[in-house]
Amino acid sequence: MELTANHASNAFPTMLSEEMLEEAEQSKTLATARKTVGTPFVDTPRMTCRDIQVFYGDKQAINKMSIDVASNEVLAMIGPSGCGKSTFLRCLNRMNDTVLSCRVTGEVKLDGTDIYHPSVDVVPLRARVGMVFQKPNPFPKSIYDNIAYGPKIHGLTKNKDELDEIIETSLIRAGLWDEVKDRLQDPGTGLSGGQQQRLCIARTIAVSPEVILMDEPCSALDPIATARVEELIAELRTQFSIVIVTHSMQQAARVSQRTAYFHLGDLIEVGATEKVFTNPLHQLTEDYITGRFG
Amino acid sequence: MTNLLEPGPKLRRRYRAEKIFKRMGLSAIIASLCFVFFLFYTIISDGYSAFTQTYIEIEVSFNKDLFTDANISKADFPGLVKKSLLKMFPEVTKRQDKKLLYSLISPSAAYTMQELVEETPKLIGTTQKIWVLADDDVDMLIKGKYQRDVPESNRRLKDLQLKWIDRLTAEGMLEKKFNTTFFTSGDSREPELAGILGAAKGSLLTLLITLSLSFPIGVAAAVYLEEFAPANRWTDIIEVNINNLAAVPSIIFGLLGLAIFINFWGLPRSTPIVGGLVLTLMTLPTIIIAGRASLKSVPPSIREAALGIGASKMQTVTHHVLPLALPGMLTGTIIGMAQALGETAPLLMIGMVAFIVDVPGSFTDPSAVLPVQIYLWADSPERAFTEKTSAAIMILLAFLIAMNSLAVFLRKKFEIKW
Repeated sequence: MELTANHASNAFPTMLSEEMLEEAEQSKTLATARKTVGTPFVDTPRMTCRDIQVFYGDKQAINKMSIDVASNEVLAMIGPSGCGKSTFLRCLNRMNDTVLSCRVTGEVKLDGTDIYHPSVDVVPLRARVGMVFQKPNPFPKSIYDNIAYGPKIHGLTKNKDELDEIIETSLIRAGLWDEVKDRLQDPGTGLSGGQQQRLCIARTIAVSPEVILMDEPCSALDPIATARVEELIAELRTQFSIVIVTHSMQQAARVSQRTAYFHLGDLIEVGATEKVFTNPLHQLTEDYITGRFG
Repeated sequence: MTNLLEPGPKLRRRYRAEKIFKRMGLSAIIASLCFVFFLFYTIISDGYSAFTQTYIEIEVSFNKDLFTDANISKADFPGLVKKSLLKMFPEVTKRQDKKLLYSLISPSAAYTMQELVEETPKLIGTTQKIWVLADDDVDMLIKGKYQRDVPESNRRLKDLQLKWIDRLTAEGMLEKKFNTTFFTSGDSREPELAGILGAAKGSLLTLLITLSLSFPIGVAAAVYLEEFAPANRWTDIIEVNINNLAAVPSIIFGLLGLAIFINFWGLPRSTPIVGGLVLTLMTLPTIIIAGRASLKSVPPSIREAALGIGASKMQTVTHHVLPLALPGMLTGTIIGMAQALGETAPLLMIGMVAFIVDVPGSFTDPSAVLPVQIYLWADSPERAFTEKTSAAIMILLAFLIAMNSLAVFLRKKFEIKW
């Protein structure tokens, strides 16, 4: 039974990353849901998630998670590989829709609207909940076109001047303007890794989202580029809610206000970053951040 | 401790194995190059002579009394040619010798006269020197394909004819000229009149049909199957069947075409439209498979990037995936087209093997195609068709090389640098 399900998800891996498969694999052992400790809920949430469960085929990857994303905060998600961080992140803008065998239950609300409601259109949803991926993935087009694409397809601008303005402000906010302002027509793929990732962030903020999801945005970057992206995240917090998945606990500690710890498909602990790292409530969290496993 | 300056026997063996492997690869390449060279050498050495043709100059007097009828075409043009020949060789009197003399000139000479007179009626009453096509046997002799030293009874040209030919050559009235006929006319039973244009145009029309049907259908099918189709048993079955179709012997497609397009739909036989439809069936699997492979090779990160900023599925495919997959798709299409261009068997089934003299003017005119023309000429008994066969192969190869260069050009043009 497990084998067939595995085949089904393997044969059509349109968007199924290896990590997600791994998650699915590990979650076979998923036991009863562990109760989340700490403070998963906030007073003025931007997004609310209640009892989220994700299945790949007949395997459960995420077990009844409930958490809020506040406005103007950076929420870091940490945990060992295969714990369901990326899967959970992808539920927030329905990127999991593209995985054929994936099924999501529960309720995710963006400003009070259930995003899994049958009449919700994913196109405007993904404009409001943008995403930055692990590997920088600029389009093989010019820097200008990379950023212009989002505003164009969503019809955000009336003329070229407005578009130029959006491109300039997006690049300035992404801290890339000074480096590329003289070569906007050069291919985006010709930039360095760190610049490419900032270009992808600029591309995401060009459509003025409310929430930005970041899936290990610095894992392919060197420490200097990472530092720049982290600075950028701190700046972006003034306007957006950011949910970031990271493997680096230092990074989580540096950039986030709240931290969520995931373990084998369960949300173990959520709390203020400082508190989670200095005084964790749950034994598993403590084991992880002290490096006893993971 | 191993000596760094002197490799041990084990290492030497490893190097020897590597060297042998390299040499084997190199010799394989050299061998295949030799075969290619040999192929080209035989085709070109056999076929280049077809691009020239022997002409004989005759002096024709267009007597007024020949053109008494208002309709010029009713005049006795063959008689005119014969008379002119007899005037050049007054010593020929015997009936059999006369026949031999007449056979030096291609039967087309009479039509040449007629065309000339119809074009410029002022010629009537004058005497003109006109170059007309020599018979294919004369042509073969001039090109050195016939030996003179075999006994007369085994020769196509008799001693008397050889004497006349030598005299004509000496007087400069027999010459090899560039063979325009070969490029401007269709097939003929007379080798000196046979041309490639009919078959080339037939191939062109057929391929136009094939391309305009198989490219859009193939790309649409590949995109649907790769990007949109739900993953279920039906798509699995379709995928397996497309792969199987690519391996079906092409003559089967010919039978299918005969049964459906000709017998059921009632389309005209031996026409580019039917040929194109049959070749479309044959080419589709190739294009679909190549198209899906190139769609698969587009990195999923590009799809994620587009979907992540809110592009719809359709926008993702048309704006990002398709442009990246297009070079591969074009290459697959041109490979399929080249295959279709060289295909003979299915066309035999739908009657494109017929002997067709006229150059096709539209998709519904009966026509030949290049490979079938090669097959027909290779089958003809006249010696002169040998060189025509090789020349036709050269034309076909030229077509193929042109198409492949186009494929390379298009791929380079549309390739997106990363």
